[in-house]
Amino acid sequence: MSRRPMPEDPMIRRLIAQARASQLTRRSVLAGAGAGAVTLALAACAGGGAGAKPTAAADTSASDKSLNWANWAAYIDEDDSGANPTLDAFTAATGIAVNYEVAVDDNNSYYGKVKDQLALGQDIGADAVCLTDWMIARWIRLGYAQELDHANIPNLSNLTPSLQNVDFDEGRAYSVPWQGGFAGIAWNKEKLPQGLKSVEDLWNPELKGRVGVLSEMRDTMGLLMLQNGVDIAGDWGDDEFAAAIDQLTKQVEDGQVRNIKGNSYLEDLKSEDTLAAICWSGDITVINAEAGDKWEFIIPEAGGTLWNDNFLVPIGSSKKANVEALIDYYYRPEVAAEVAAWVNYITPVVGAQEAAAAIDPELAENQLIFPNEETLSTAHVFRSLSAAEEQRYQADFQKILLGA
Amino acid sequence: MAFAAFATAEAVPQAPKRASRIGWFLLAPGLAYLALFFLTPLISLLLTSLQAPDLYGDIGAYVYAFNWQNYVDVVSEYGEHILRSFGYALVATAAALLISYPIAYYIGVRCRSRPLLQSILLVLVIAPFFISFLLRTLAWKQLLSDESFIITSLKALSLMAPDAHFTGTAFAVIFGLTYNFIPFMTLPIYTTLERLDTRYLEAGADLYGSPATVFRKVTLPLSMPGVVAGTLLTFIPAAGDYVNASRDFLGGTDTAMIGNVIEANFLVLLNYPAAAALSIILMAVILAIVGVYVKRAGTEDLL
Repeated sequence: MSRRPMPEDPMIRRLIAQARASQLTRRSVLAGAGAGAVTLALAACAGGGAGAKPTAAADTSASDKSLNWANWAAYIDEDDSGANPTLDAFTAATGIAVNYEVAVDDNNSYYGKVKDQLALGQDIGADAVCLTDWMIARWIRLGYAQELDHANIPNLSNLTPSLQNVDFDEGRAYSVPWQGGFAGIAWNKEKLPQGLKSVEDLWNPELKGRVGVLSEMRDTMGLLMLQNGVDIAGDWGDDEFAAAIDQLTKQVEDGQVRNIKGNSYLEDLKSEDTLAAICWSGDITVINAEAGDKWEFIIPEAGGTLWNDNFLVPIGSSKKANVEALIDYYYRPEVAAEVAAWVNYITPVVGAQEAAAAIDPELAENQLIFPNEETLSTAHVFRSLSAAEEQRYQADFQKILLGA
Repeated sequence: MAFAAFATAEAVPQAPKRASRIGWFLLAPGLAYLALFFLTPLISLLLTSLQAPDLYGDIGAYVYAFNWQNYVDVVSEYGEHILRSFGYALVATAAALLISYPIAYYIGVRCRSRPLLQSILLVLVIAPFFISFLLRTLAWKQLLSDESFIITSLKALSLMAPDAHFTGTAFAVIFGLTYNFIPFMTLPIYTTLERLDTRYLEAGADLYGSPATVFRKVTLPLSMPGVVAGTLLTFIPAAGDYVNASRDFLGGTDTAMIGNVIEANFLVLLNYPAAAALSIILMAVILAIVGVYVKRAGTEDLL
């Protein structure tokens, strides 16, 4: 009998492992499955309780050369046959097989899917996940991330200096940036040849009902607050946030803002339901390539937001050393350049620009992929929020989204 | 009829007096399944809806409590969304009924002599199920976007104000709900009309009933089981639907239904008690409405 591959679901894997380990009769295996299901139900009940932080799983990387990587769509180089050249090269060089999965569609829904297992310290089926700064901050705060061994990641010295110390992870003990991007404004060049310069231009009466903003609170609110002259990375509080909320509420209620969306805002730009929008830098490069060179993206005069998606090793993963090898590999400048050339987001790796110039000089000049000091000085990182602030601000923002 | 009543009076099988062990044994898997996959989540949901925030916990941390206040809070905060959900569902159900009844009548009664046409039309009613309803809803969003042929034509004909739009409005959401649930309304009505004995209609006409009277007094009452089933199959899922009203599909910021509110509370705000309380309220209200409706409309003949 050939051995079948284990199913993906970690809970089922656990049950199979249990059954194999005990080698008992069919009846007791069934009982085990029943007990597992009851545990699952109880775990679902107990998920909300405050408990001690989970402990990291033992590392079996030395004997098990594999890892699962959960990432966002269109976030790694891909050739025409659908293979990932940089990943294949990594496997060839290290012998570590990588199961790359597009499992993250949204920070919140991914968190909703795995949080109960994380709280119990169980394997979530991913050994490396890439999530956005603020979500990473939550995982680190709750003890859901494993501390990285920097000795295994010598290439981490290539990390851009401005990202080496962030307020949610001093010294990058738990997280390492994968790719980053700007939030700014974009418009349809055919319909709006005069262009836009600032967030204020979105509220032009001519654009009534044709403006889109992002459902990602930090980007939309960040841009509005920057327009109001607030330093979003610095020390601001309820008053500054409330002022921006009032402005957005007014624009939504007046019908100036057509809709508030996540990734699907691109559909509205393409169908021309929206002619101008708050959006993410890399996306505009992609839709310009897909649907004709119709849109232009800028960082508004008052500044844009800068965010990063970061590698993290979930607490229940037993492949930390394998992931560290993966991170080290992607911090080689020539590898980072290969990825950047495909995904069009900002690479955090110093030296990637020089490596990219060797592939395509025009690419290396693109300010949205390899921003210089001047461009970077116009982009700001939304400061970390405390749990209480997060709850309060999100509630205010969601009120607008739900029309409450 | 009388003969049947006589016959059954004679032959009612005696129910076994003692609950047999085999019966319980055969029932056990079903009961266990229900207990595990229906009762357990329901209890979990109920307990969650009564949780209180953990004062020292992080975002999304709650402790078990007896916090009835959650229900008061969600009703006062989202009362409008609850009413809106049932309003949209009601309008969509009525619209679907008005559209589906003639279709079902045509296929089930008029096409009887042409079985091929009947089969083709039935397949056409079911055909949309071959494509995911998410894709179909997204397709409508494209077809009805501001620069689409349909909308620009309507504007050119002055049937729509120049600055009006379709996607993201209440009208679009109700349109989507109606469109998506039409097959669920058509099929049950078709099954009852298909068995309609047309000799009753002839008899009605012979008794000098106008076509309208015959419809009102004969056809409609005989098709009621289908209408009841169809409206239930449409109203219940429509009230809880969150796809059509989602901002990613046909909805906007002022069309959120209760499903969208539950989603936002669960995934974004991590306010699990509020999401659970809203789910329980949705379930309870639907149960109450359906209970009253079924009692009034009657289900003795329901299929």
